[in-house]
Parts: sequence; C-alpha cells; structure tokens
Amino acid sequence: MLSHFPQFLLAQTDADAPALRFWPERASDMAGHVDAVFIGLMVMSALIVLLLLVLLGYALFNYKRDDRGLGLWIAKSRWKLETTWSVIPFLVFLGLFAIGAKLYIDSYDPTEEGREINVVGRQWMWQIYHPEGKMEHDQLHIPVGEPITLVLSSEDVIHSFYVPAFRVKRDVVPGKYVRLTFTANKTGRFHFFCAEYCGTNHSQMDGWVTVMEPEAYAEWLQQDMSGQDHLTLAERGREIFHAQGCSGCHEPDSTVHAPRLAGVAGSRIALQDGGFVTADSGYLRDSILLPGKDIVAGFQNVMPSYQGQIDEGQIAALIAYLQSLDSEDSDVSTR
Amino acid sequence: MDNSANSQHHLVNDPPENVAEEPQENYLNEGKGLMSWLTTTDHKRIGILYLLTITFFFCIAAFAAAIMRADLTTPQGDLVISETYNKLFTVHGVLMIWFFLVPSIPTVLGNFLVPLMLGAKDVAFPRLNLASWYVFVAAGVFTLYAMVAGGVDTGWTFYTPYSSTYSNGHVISMAMGIFIAGFSSIFTGVNFIATIHKMRAPGLTWMRLPLFIWSLYATSIVIVLATPVLAISMFLVMVERLFGVGIFDPALGGDPLLFQHLFWFYSHPAVYIMILPGFGAISEIIATFSRHRVYGYSVVAFSSLSIAVLGFLVWGHHMFVSSQSVYAGLVFSLLSFLVAVPSAIKVFNWSVTMILGRVQFTTPLLYAVGFLGLFTIGGLTGLFLATLAVDVHVHDTYFVVAHFHYIMVGGMVMGYLGGLHLWWPKITGRMYHEWWGRIGATLIFIGFNLTFFPQFILGYLGMPRRYHTYPPEFQFLNVVSTAGATILGLGYLLPFIYLIVSLKKGKKAPDNPWRATGLEWTTSSPPPKHNFEQTPTVNEEAYAYKD
Ligand code: HEC
Ligand SMILES: [Cu+2]
Ligand SMILES: [Cu+2]
Repeated sequence: MLSHFPQFLLAQTDADAPALRFWPERASDMAGHVDAVFIGLMVMSALIVLLLLVLLGYALFNYKRDDRGLGLWIAKSRWKLETTWSVIPFLVFLGLFAIGAKLYIDSYDPTEEGREINVVGRQWMWQIYHPEGKMEHDQLHIPVGEPITLVLSSEDVIHSFYVPAFRVKRDVVPGKYVRLTFTANKTGRFHFFCAEYCGTNHSQMDGWVTVMEPEAYAEWLQQDMSGQDHLTLAERGREIFHAQGCSGCHEPDSTVHAPRLAGVAGSRIALQDGGFVTADSGYLRDSILLPGKDIVAGFQNVMPSYQGQIDEGQIAALIAYLQSLDSEDSDVSTR
Repeated sequence: MDNSANSQHHLVNDPPENVAEEPQENYLNEGKGLMSWLTTTDHKRIGILYLLTITFFFCIAAFAAAIMRADLTTPQGDLVISETYNKLFTVHGVLMIWFFLVPSIPTVLGNFLVPLMLGAKDVAFPRLNLASWYVFVAAGVFTLYAMVAGGVDTGWTFYTPYSSTYSNGHVISMAMGIFIAGFSSIFTGVNFIATIHKMRAPGLTWMRLPLFIWSLYATSIVIVLATPVLAISMFLVMVERLFGVGIFDPALGGDPLLFQHLFWFYSHPAVYIMILPGFGAISEIIATFSRHRVYGYSVVAFSSLSIAVLGFLVWGHHMFVSSQSVYAGLVFSLLSFLVAVPSAIKVFNWSVTMILGRVQFTTPLLYAVGFLGLFTIGGLTGLFLATLAVDVHVHDTYFVVAHFHYIMVGGMVMGYLGGLHLWWPKITGRMYHEWWGRIGATLIFIGFNLTFFPQFILGYLGMPRRYHTYPPEFQFLNVVSTAGATILGLGYLLPFIYLIVSLKKGKKAPDNPWRATGLEWTTSSPPPKHNFEQTPTVNEEAYAYKD
C-alpha cells in the first residue's frame, strides 16, 4: 500500500540533523497504511470544507434575499437535502470506520506475534530486557523485517510506549502485561516517547529505537556485555527462582504440596473453581504477584505474594525461565 | 446595495422607542450596594455575578496558557522548570473546563435569557439559582487554594494511579473543588429543566421555543445525568489518596482503567455540555442576522437531543490505546462516527439558513461564521480520532490538543462571545462599538488558527502532549503557534476593553436593536426587575421574520 507516496514530503532519516519536518518518517509496515487512511481523511475533509466555503461564500456575498436560484431550490428540496446530507456522511463514515478497525485489529490483536522483548516503564526511564540477556535503557535495538512483540509493563504509573515513525503506541498499564507487535521495515534510528503523562519528567522519558540488519543485530546481541553477567534472561530467572525460594516449594521433593512448574507455560491449567486458563505470560505474572487470584485445582492457596518483593525485571526473568522449561525438563528437580 | 456598515447604523438608529432620557427602572438600578447583589435572587443579576466570576477564572487560566506558550518557544523550555510547567497545564485545564467552559453559556447567558425567552418572571427556583453561584464560588476557593498552596500536577484528567498515589501536589483540595463545582452545575441544570417545562408563556409550545432553549434543555439533561459520575470519580480518588483503599492503584489491588471509564463517562458528555449551548447561541445569531427562520428548525432541535443521548455512548474513544478490549474499541469507534452525523446536519442547516436569508455583517455574525469554520475543522479532525488506526498514532499528541481546542475554543468560545455581543445591548442597555467588535472577532479568528493549526501537524509528526521539553525538530511549528497565541491574546483583550468602555460611553440601546424576534426583545433594555410589564402571549413560531 502506498509505496508511491511522494518522497519530498518525507524528511531525511538522519536523526543527527533534525530538519524542519512536515511529515513523519515511515519505518514500519503499519506506517504506510496509517498514512494512506490519514490522507484519505484529509481529502474527505478538504472536500467538505470546500463545500462549506461555497455555501458560506454564496450566503455572505449574495446577501440579497435569495428566493429564486439556489435558495428556492433548497427550500423546495428540503427533505431530499436533509437526507442526502445525513446519508452520504453516514456511508462515508462507515467506510472509514471499517478501514480503521481492520488496521487496529491487525496491530493490537495480531494473528502472529514475533520476537518477544520485555520493556519496563518506570518514572522516568525505559528498561529493556532482551531474551538473550542483554539489557539497555532508553535504547531499543531490533532487527529489520522481523515481527517484534514488546511485552510492556510498568513499575509505577501509566506510561505509553510510542514510536511515531512506526505509527504505533500502547499504554503501559501497571499491574499487567500489554503486548505491542510491529515490524520495522527500514534501518535507522527512530525516536520513541512516553505519550501518557506520568509526572515531573514525563517529557524526558524518551529514547531511540535502532533498527538494524539481522546480521548486525545478531552481532550486537553478543557485543558489549561487559558489566553484565553474560546470562540469558531465562538463566537469570533460574537464579532468582532459587534465590527467592520458589524452588523450596516447587521442587518435586519439596514437603510443600505445590504444582510442578516444568511445562506449565503455555499449557492449559485446570483451576480450583472448575475453570481453565492458558498459562500465558499474563497468567504466570498473576501467579507470582496475585497467587490468590487463580488457584490451581488440587492445591491450597499457600503461595505468598511477591508483590513489592521483586521488580518487573525479575518477574520478566522468572517468566522467561518458566517458559524455557518443557515438561520433560528435570531442571526444577535436579537443582 | 445593502452595504454592511450602513445596515448596521440603520439598525442601531431604528425606532428609539423606549430610550428615555431618565434612567428607567430596571434590574440594574432597582437595588443599590454590594449586598443587594450578593443576596439577589434575580436571574439576571445572578447571570452578571457569574459573568464576573468566570471572566476572572478565564483570565487566570489564559495567563497559565500564556506562560506555557512562551516556554514552548525553545525545545529546552527555559522559562519554568518541568514541575511548574506541569502545574500550569493542570490549572489551565481545570479552570478552563470547569470554571469557564462548562458554566459559560448556561450560567451567564442562560441564566439571563431563559426566563426572558420563555416570558417568565424568573427561573423555577430562584434561591437554588443563587445557591448555585455560592457553591460555584466555594468550589473556586478550593481550587485556587490548591493552586497557591503549591499546585497540582496531575493534568485535568487526574489519571490514576498517578493522581491517587504518586503525585505530590494538593490533589485532594483540587479534586474537592471540582467535586463541589459539579453540584453547582447540577443546580443550574435542574433549574433550567424545571423552568423550561413549567414556566413557558401562554402559547409558547415546545415547537415554538427558540433553539437556544432547546439546546440548553439538552445540556441540562446531560449535566444532571453525567455530573454525578464526575463527583463519584473525584470522590474515589480522594478516598484512595487519603485512606490508601485500593480502588485504582494495582499495587493496592485496584484497577487503573476503572478510573478512566468513570472519568470519561462524564467527560465525553461534558464535551456536549460545553458545545451544545454554543450551538444554541449560534442558531440565534444566524437567525437574527439572516433575518430568516433557522432552516429545518425541528431537525436542529432534535439533533441536539440525539447528540445528548449518543454522547453518553462514546466515552471509550478516549481509551483506544489504554488496553481496553479490542472489541470495545470497535464499538466505541463506530458510535463516535455516528455522533458526528447530527453535528454535520446542524452545520449544513445553518449554512442554508444564511443562503435563504439576507445576511447582515455584524460582530455576532462574524463570530458565528468563525464558529462554523472552526467547529467544522474540529469536528472533521474528530473523525480522524474516531478512526481507530489513526488514533493509535495521534492519541495523546498535539493532534488531540489542536482538535479539542478547535471544538472548545473555536466552537464554544466563539459561540459564547458571539452570544455575549448579540445580547449585550439587552443585558447592559448599551451598544458596544461595532467596528472594534469586528476587528476583535477577526483577530481572534486569525490568531486562533495560527495558534492551533500548526499543532495538528506537530501531532501527526509525533509530538506528545504535556511535554515541557521536546526534540528540536518541533521548534519551528511551536514558535508559529506561540506567535499565533499572541495575536489570539490581543484578540481577547479587545472585547474585554471595548465592552467595558461601552458601559460608560456606549450609545443607549433600544429595546430591540437588531429587530430580532424572540420575547427577550419585547421588553426594555435592560429589562425591568420582573422582566415583563405583563405576561406575554405567543401566537407564532420562533423566528417569524417577515421581511
Ligand atoms: C510457600 C510455597 C510456595 C512458594 C515459596 C512459591 N510457590 Fe508458587 N505455588 C505454590 C502453590 C501451593 C501453588 C498452587 C496454588 C496456587 O495456584 O496458588 C503455586 C502456584 C504457582 C504457579 C502456578 C502453577 C500452575 O500450575 O498454574 C506458578 C507459576 C508459581 N507458583 C510460581 C512461583 C514462583 C515463580 C515462585 C517464586 C517467586 C513461587 N511460585 C513461590 C506454592 C509456592
Ligand atoms: Cu510519561
Ligand atoms: Cu470524547
């Protein structure tokens, strides 16, 4: 869609030389679609404003009472006009609604998700956890041409993760995971912002997405790990699992009657109240922070809440660890 | 040829019927001294009390905006620190919404005109009317206290858990101010509903009512139904803040989105609380200065009511990116498109009225034409925002800021100022200076567009709202916007000056300077204490212009 979009409207990609812009960069698949709808809306608006100007112009500059020309015609065809004036906008609106809705579903409820990266917002910075173990803040490196799913969470208030060049945004609501999927289609550096007001330094809560060729990205993931522990997110999760005493209950030989966690992630869980849930990251998160919310069938509500004990980064690591275990895995029991 | 300037003079010099040399007995001079004003139950005097009060709040809020615009001329924001900036936009929003826009037309023009237009002596509950003003002032005291005691930095939207747990400002007292202001609105709403139902002059059937009355009727219904929800949401924020009860903060077991649902359940209808009275004023201005009945009277009247109803069903369009369910998003988007249809009908009908009539260029008419242009742009950009995928990009950016200023300032304030000019002779018994009036209206129109149009572009470029500092590539458009705001400020200053001057120097106004229809023009200017010498009877439709 829209590959022939007039290039002169697009400013240069070079972030170091911020030129005067009148149109934002386009760097994702979604961007072209959104721009197309936006231009459609502008054309429609221009036509309506033009019509209004004609009517007003006629009224203002032909201000002798008009009961011959246009005036008489209008007076005669009153109901026809009223209907036209309501039905045409109505149909146009329905069309616009449908296009906007289709894109919205594509973006917010995608059929396919991509590489998961955890993004944690806190007053007033963004902390990013790559599954490979790399951590960064106010910087997000991603490969071009591959769907990316950001798993967004907040330590405190509502933030909103917004990349204008991708035309995507999603509120980061504390207390849950929100997922945002997009595919960048252009390498370069693109500004991201916090779009939901979050306190004093809200306007400084920004950063840069760096979109790289896949090879460069693979290389980047390995580089520069100095100062970090060279562990993957899941490996870090295993350490936390032991350090926080989860293993004490969840190991098979534990004296506490607690479910075995290998293979839990992604499976269907029978609950005490007779319902079933799929153990996605949201469920695992609630199991750790709000263990009383969904009790696994056949168990007692004895697990303590870890709310306030561990931060979003540690939760992300724990979940990555649980997701790395398959049901054959003996890891939980051998350690 | 019917030269506009001449037609004006011709109008003003019309039959000098009741322009007596001696100041006649009227509501302004029938009691003297401050106490006679503070204890009055005369709806006209209460209207004046409100006029002074909301003008005061408007000035503070406008001053806050001026500092922000000045600060935004540089990307680093050198004038104030971020904390101050955040308090400024909060105070600007809170005062403009609840202490200026919501009360403006209903409490000033509505209070003054509803009984006059109905041919009644006063509103149904005159004491309640006075009480509403005192409650309003009390609300203002709480809000101003919050402001001077150190300020509040939550934004006028009070999103939780920021407002309920994290913010350090005087949230409680400001929330209290808004809570109380809600009661003042409700008192006025109840009063209007009762008055319109019960106190119409003989012969004044529903379908003969001026459209101004219809729109205030619709507004009052929305006020009475929606405002309690605002009160509840403010109350719950206070409870969570004071007692740490988990309502909105997930750390305490609450749900942050619950607040947004409650807040917008009021605040979207509040958009119509603000704009519907503007529609009413515009209908009156256009009929008066086109000398023609409003085209499709009943359609215009009922579109107000359908806006009032549909307005309750679209709150979720403020939450498309908030992680409410995708399907809720679809429903709210569709309904938001629908609510645009009645507004489109109105704009069309007003334009046609002007074509059918014979337009006179006067200050109020200039405001009305400005309104049509700006409201149309505001409404159209509303459709951009109702389009889900586009909203995802522009939500919480300057695009939204520009959009609602086009509706609220371009629409509502233009309607208010136009109405104020239209009825100024009736209210004060004096004519304002016509040429200064036209210059003012034109300056406001130009200044407004220069201020807010660049913000649409900024928004699409991706500049988030409530940003004290911003990347340098946004500077040029911000500077243009600030330059526009300077002109806009000057534009607002003009009516402020010439209207005050007119009180002393203005020509005495005849009873009906515009030769308009409507009962308010049949009594003297300014009207006597009890409005009419004897109860008028109505035996024709509204806007029965014969020439
Ligand atoms: C005091 C013992 C105890 C400790 C410590 C404990 N758990 Fe649990 N956990 C349980 C019990 C019992 C259940 C089952 C009842 C329920 O659902 O709450 C459970 C359930 C779970 C579940 C849901 C399992 C399923 O089959 O759906 C997850 C996931 C989980 N725990 C993770 C953890 C993690 C991670 C930690 C450490 C941060 C931890 N637990 C610490 C006892 C414990
Ligand atoms: Cu923020
Ligand atoms: Cu709304």
